[in-house]
Amino acid sequence: MNEKPEKLIDKKGLRLDGRKVDELRPVKIEVGILSNADGSAYIEHGKNKILAAAYGPREMHPKHLSQPDRMVLRCRYHMAPFSVGERKSPAPSRREIELSKVIRQSLEPSVFLEYYPRTGVDIFIEVLQADGGTRCASITAAALALADAGIPMRDLVVACAAGKVDDTVVLDLFDTEDKVGCADVPVAFMPNLNAVTLLQMDGILSTEEFEKAVNMAIEGCKKIYEIQKEALKTKYMLIQEEEEVEEE
Amino acid sequence: MPTYFEKKQLVTPGELLAEGDYLAGNNTYAEDKKVYASRIGLANCDNKRVDVVALRSFYFPKIGDMVIGTVIEVGFSGWTVDIKAPYTALLRASDVLSRPFKPQNDELSQVLSGGDLIVAKIASYDRTHDPQLTVGEPGLGKITRGQITKVTPSKIPRVIGRKGSMISMIKQETGCQIILGLNGVILVTGKNPDEEDLAMAAIQKIENESHTSGLTDRVTQFLKEEKAKLEENKNE
Repeated sequence: MNEKPEKLIDKKGLRLDGRKVDELRPVKIEVGILSNADGSAYIEHGKNKILAAAYGPREMHPKHLSQPDRMVLRCRYHMAPFSVGERKSPAPSRREIELSKVIRQSLEPSVFLEYYPRTGVDIFIEVLQADGGTRCASITAAALALADAGIPMRDLVVACAAGKVDDTVVLDLFDTEDKVGCADVPVAFMPNLNAVTLLQMDGILSTEEFEKAVNMAIEGCKKIYEIQKEALKTKYMLIQEEEEVEEE
Repeated sequence: MPTYFEKKQLVTPGELLAEGDYLAGNNTYAEDKKVYASRIGLANCDNKRVDVVALRSFYFPKIGDMVIGTVIEVGFSGWTVDIKAPYTALLRASDVLSRPFKPQNDELSQVLSGGDLIVAKIASYDRTHDPQLTVGEPGLGKITRGQITKVTPSKIPRVIGRKGSMISMIKQETGCQIILGLNGVILVTGKNPDEEDLAMAAIQKIENESHTSGLTDRVTQFLKEEKAKLEENKNE
């Protein structure tokens, strides 16, 4: 798909990769795959492949960044040079710095920051392969890394995007749709508290379209949440099974 | 006023556990009369109190806790100690020397130097200050012999067992002295390395199988078998 395709949705209502308008890409998540991190997760969202690791809570370095009343969350979103078609410079770009901040802010409401004053938690997100919607997949993985590190959380955070291509509102845009399409609305969501922690819009949508996109994205989030929850449980599932056998 | 989980069900952060007149216990929080889990763990309800036994957590200092730490730095009037917590702890020179500390007379690095392991109690800690340690009680101080093993801090209660049944059994079977640091560091001192290895293997077995019931019996069995094997090797 190097040249710009004329139509993003064919006559049957299918998209370039054969999905329906309200269909997610396949999502696969694994938790606890890095032995040296306090918590970690790996997500494959369509062709996106992303690693997230959490360290802490630990003493802040440099010390002057610590806060006397709460824990500080630090986040680094980074794309590997080989993650995109054309080699990307490994130095953090303007976009990566912005995404780091956006991801941090979408995770902050979910963590009990006030429990551990003067400490810091570091989250490292490494995009190994990118295909549109990496910020959403990163948030989903980073929330799991935090939970896996044993950091108390109000809820898991899960993210998904919706957007507009060829005058149709669609769920979970991939790279080409993102670049050629009209608009992209990433949403991060805490499913149990029914709270949105990230809402961005890139492009132009009418009020009706925007509302439809947000609702569609939230529905997508709920679907990914089930996979996310399952992934977290799988790591600890053995424990529960053994428990049941013992009790019989 | 229902609860939404079965006994010992695996729950994830944010999962709704109970609604109504319930008390939020360990690793849970309450909002609008609803109790949610805040860590991954096994949910339990006891007398209107909802608890989650965390499967993943870290040590958080509390006054009076016995911990085992590593000296990481010798300072002007004391040491900084790594106690495997979000904060590094301080140990003051006057506490160790049990007399007023004079910089011109005492060389701190001769008392404790970097890398030394110490058993200590947390003397003071609050949100605004780093924990301070004390070694002014019998049994505390520098560790001179034995071996160190580590477990997840949330599993220390399992190593102790009900009314100390597990730990006293291991001590009895292996003839080792065992000091449990509540930060998950365990010191095992025995008459010979074989006994220490045996006790450490038993502790690691507890860590790996801490969630199963009937564990004390299985660990006893394990220790007896291993001891028999050791005897055989010796006779050969």
